[in-house]
Amino acid sequence: MTTLGDLAHARAGDKGDTSILVVAPYELDDYARVDDLLRAERVAVHFGVDPQNVTIHPVPRLGAFTVVVRARLDGGVTRSRAADPHGKTLSGHLLDLVVEG
Amino acid sequence: MSTYRIGAGSGFAGDRFEPAEILAARGELDALVFECLAERTIGLAQQRAATSAGAGFDRVFLDRLAGVLPHLESRTRVLTNAGAADPIGLARAVVDLLAAHPRGAGRRVAAVVGDDVTAVIPADARITGTDLTIGDLGDRLVSANAYIGAGAAMRALENGADVVITGRMGDAALFAAPIAVHHGWDDASPDQMAAPTLVGHLLECAGQLTGGYFADGGRKVVPGLATLGFPFADVAADGVAEFGKAADTGGLISRATVLEQLLYEIDDPGRYKTPDATLDLGDVRIDEVGPDRVRVSAASAQGRPERLKVSVGVRDGFLAVGSIAYAGRGARERAELALQIVRERWEVVHGRDPGEVRADLQGYNSLRPWHEPAGEPAEVRARLSLRTFDRAAAALLHREVEALYTNGPAGGGGADLSLKETVGIVSTFIDRDRVDPRVEMVS
Repeated sequence: MTTLGDLAHARAGDKGDTSILVVAPYELDDYARVDDLLRAERVAVHFGVDPQNVTIHPVPRLGAFTVVVRARLDGGVTRSRAADPHGKTLSGHLLDLVVEG
Repeated sequence: MSTYRIGAGSGFAGDRFEPAEILAARGELDALVFECLAERTIGLAQQRAATSAGAGFDRVFLDRLAGVLPHLESRTRVLTNAGAADPIGLARAVVDLLAAHPRGAGRRVAAVVGDDVTAVIPADARITGTDLTIGDLGDRLVSANAYIGAGAAMRALENGADVVITGRMGDAALFAAPIAVHHGWDDASPDQMAAPTLVGHLLECAGQLTGGYFADGGRKVVPGLATLGFPFADVAADGVAEFGKAADTGGLISRATVLEQLLYEIDDPGRYKTPDATLDLGDVRIDEVGPDRVRVSAASAQGRPERLKVSVGVRDGFLAVGSIAYAGRGARERAELALQIVRERWEVVHGRDPGEVRADLQGYNSLRPWHEPAGEPAEVRARLSLRTFDRAAAALLHREVEALYTNGPAGGGGADLSLKETVGIVSTFIDRDRVDPRVEMVS
C-alpha cells in the first residue's frame, strides 16, 4: 500500500487549536500527484474533522503545500488534556494518507 | 556594507547548551541570539514572580551566557528574549555575571521593556477565535504581552549595547534587529525589514534548520544528531542570506530542511504576519550552493499589520494525568476496561461529569483518537487526564488510577501520576500606537 509518506515529507506546527503542516514531495515530478491527493475533503476524512475545517495552500514555486486543520487539538496546547497537546505528531498521521491506484 | 554573520544559540527555553558554545568558538559571529521564550513562559514567569516563588525571567539564560563567554569575540552582540516578565531583572543579573567574568569587561547591557500591555489593553478587546473579551477573564488574567517589532532592540544596539535582553518580541524580530542595524535598514519600512525578518524566521528554532526534527527512515537521513550543529546566516547588503553550520558538527542543512522550517507553522504562506513585515513566503527562493550551505533569497513584504498580536496568559488550573500500563495478549482490551472503570466510577460513585475526564490508549491511538489502527499493540498504557481548578478533583483522579492495581483488570503495572499547574494562552490584538517599547541601558 502506497501512502503519502512514500512521496513526500512533512512537519507539523500549531497555532491555538489549529494544526498547520507543511508537505513537500521528495521529487518535484510528484508535485501534481500530491496536489491531486491533497483535497480538503480527503484530508478532512483522514483527520476526522468537517471539510470546512481544512484548508490547503499550494506553494508551487517552492514545490510544497501547507495543510491547515482546525479544531483538532482538544482546545489547543494550553487547554488540551491530550498526550501531544501541540499535535506535533500529526505529521506522521498525515503521511499515512493512502495513495490510491 | 560587509556581510553580517548571525548565529542561533538556542531555539527554545529547554534547548541544548553546547551548540551555542561551539558556534561562538568556531563561527566568527557578529551576533548570537538566544530564543528562550515559549508562548506560555511569560504567564508562568509572571505567576512565579507574583507568588515570590522565583524570578520573572529565565535564569537558565545566565548559564547559557556563562558557557559562551569564554569563546565570544568582543564584537559579537548577544540578544535574548529570556527577560520574559522582567527584562530589567535579567539585565541586572547579566551585568553582575559579566562583572565577575574575565571576558565580561566592557560589555554594555540593555533591556527592552514595554511589551507588557496589561495596563492598557482595552477590556472590550475580543479574544481571538471566541466571543469572549479580555474583561470576561476577570482575575484569571495573569499577563498580556504584545509581540513587538525589532525597533526597540535596534535602538539599544545603536546606543552601544553589546547584550540586549527583551521580553515578548517577535521571535524573528530578535534576529532581524542586529542585521538591520548593521545594514542600515529602517525598521519602519516593511520592504527593508523583509529580508532580515525572513532570516530570523529561519533561525529562530535553531537546530530545526540544521537537521533537527528532520530524520525519518532511509530518505531523510541526518548524520550526527547527537552533535547537531546550530545554524548561522551570512546576510549580504542586498538581503540575500546564506545559511550554514559550524564546521565538524553533526546535522545537515539542505533545501529540504530549510523548506520544512520555512513553512511548517504558516497558515497562509502568502501573508505571514510579523510585527515588522507581512512576508510573502511563496516567492522565496531556496538554493543549495555547497555542502551544508543554502542560499535564501527573494524575501518580500506586503506592508505590515496595523495591530500587534498580544499573548494573554490566563490562570487555567491544573492538568492531572494518571496512567497504568498493560502488556501482551489482550493488552488493549484490558486497558480499555481500565478506562471504562474509572469513568464509570467518576459518575456513579463520585457524582461527577465523566466527560471532564479524557481517556486515551497510549501505544494504540492516543495521538489520533479518531483513527482505528490495524492490528493489536504489544503493550498499551491507559491514560486518564483532567483539567480542573479543584485540587481535590485532581487528587481523586490520581487515587482512582492507582486503585486500578488491585481493583482493575489483570496485569496492570507502572502506574504514573502527574499534576501540573497551568497557564493558558489566548490571543488578542492591540493598535500599534498603544504599545510603547523602550530601551533601558542597565550598564
